Amino acid sequence: MTEPQIKPGAPAIDVNDLHKYFGSHEVLKGIDFHVDNGEVVCVIGPSGSGKSTLLRCVNLLEVPTSGSIFVEGVEITDPDIDVDKIRSRIGMVFQSFNLFPHLSVMGNLTIAQQRVKNRSKSEAAQIARKNLEKVGIPEKEDAYPAHLSGGQQQRVAIARALSMDPDMMLFDEPTSALDPELVGDVLAVMKDLANEGMTMMVVTHEMGFAREVGDKLVFMDDGLILEEGVPSQVLADPQHDRTQAFLSKVL
Amino acid sequence: MAMSPRKRAQLSRGIQYVVLLVVVVAAVVLSDLGELQKQFFDTDIVTAMFPEVITTALRNTVLYTACGFVFGLALGMVLALMRLSPVGPYRWLATGFIEFFRGLPALVVFIALSVGVPIAFPGREVPGGNLGVATLALGLVGGAYMAETIRAGIQAVPTGQVEAARSLGMPQTRAMRSIVIPQAFRIILPPLTNELILLTKDSSLVYLTGYTLATVELASFGREVLNQEKNFTPLVVISLCYLIITVPLSVVVRRLEARADRAR
Repeated sequence: MTEPQIKPGAPAIDVNDLHKYFGSHEVLKGIDFHVDNGEVVCVIGPSGSGKSTLLRCVNLLEVPTSGSIFVEGVEITDPDIDVDKIRSRIGMVFQSFNLFPHLSVMGNLTIAQQRVKNRSKSEAAQIARKNLEKVGIPEKEDAYPAHLSGGQQQRVAIARALSMDPDMMLFDEPTSALDPELVGDVLAVMKDLANEGMTMMVVTHEMGFAREVGDKLVFMDDGLILEEGVPSQVLADPQHDRTQAFLSKVL
Repeated sequence: MAMSPRKRAQLSRGIQYVVLLVVVVAAVVLSDLGELQKQFFDTDIVTAMFPEVITTALRNTVLYTACGFVFGLALGMVLALMRLSPVGPYRWLATGFIEFFRGLPALVVFIALSVGVPIAFPGREVPGGNLGVATLALGLVGGAYMAETIRAGIQAVPTGQVEAARSLGMPQTRAMRSIVIPQAFRIILPPLTNELILLTKDSSLVYLTGYTLATVELASFGREVLNQEKNFTPLVVISLCYLIITVPLSVVVRRLEARADRAR
């Protein structure tokens, strides 16, 4: 197993000619995709377009069929790579939160710090508190996930990912499972993160967020990237027919 | 008839209580209480059974069951993980083992271990005497049952849990140990309790190995006294002893479940 060596100056995420099949169904049909350090890239597109699969390929929750993915200059599609090392540097936030229901909020935030980063209990707790503060729910550290609202759960999930000190964050439709009045809290946390310079890849349906916070907007349909560019331009003046059709439905 | 649904429900419940009362009163009046007491509740026999029924028989039943359950749980865990393994031979081996021991009567396993082993390997027997045979037999049979329960529990934990754990950099085995298995055990606590209670009763089959004053367990102890006294009182006593084991167990598990529910 090779110890991954970060290459300074390399792009955060670099995807080349990525193909992914589920059985005989081709979900990704040759994707070239790129996220620079400190950049916020939003990926939009109709459901089934492959945008979540692309995001999940970046931390190998889905294994690509062919093509290569580099994260900070390290080829993660190399079969000899230590996947766990790579993953601990990539924060992941899921649509369905996926908090650990048998652990308190504090347990959720500290378990990987202790087990993966070998931090002491007190050090892990200190970092956890700092991140709970950051997402705006410092008072919930003893609560269990089931007793939190969806918005609070998702903010705990973000704090959990941040507690591993990731170099970048992946968001897989982070607000799609939330009641409308709770979406704003989560987006605000994400906006703060972006302003601090966090590298982010966000699969989302929140066009307002994409326009306001995103550095780049990528439109995917049917396993291909059809259009990309500055969010305000893509949203205001889409070039491709299918981008126009999609935007006219959601805007 | 003009009667509100509420009135009707009250009337129906009242009738049920009356019927129950009539049955109980009839049973008390019609039964020969004197003979019943002589045959089933002979206080002299009860007194004579103490303290051995507790200090030896109950203690041995608990010991045999506990050892068998712990071994069975460990075995069941290994079998469940083998059943879920991507490696074909592991799966086949585990499936074969489970099907075999789940289908055999516990009686046959006890006979095989206590009688079959010395015949198959002359001059040798299962180490540990009665405790060894009980642990092994109850563990093999219980393990085969529990393997399927544990597997179902592991599969009931949503895949998102493993994905979240792996995304945080946990290796597969760590994600299993810290995230999946603790949740699986909360789900399967009730069926595991069931299995423990079944094993408590199956532990009586260890009589097939033979027993001494020191190794006798509840059922055999009761049967010995029954044969001596020609009276059913010992059966009542040992039945109560079994309940002394199983009822508190159920209470503890119910507490555990309530606690797990609060955290859910």
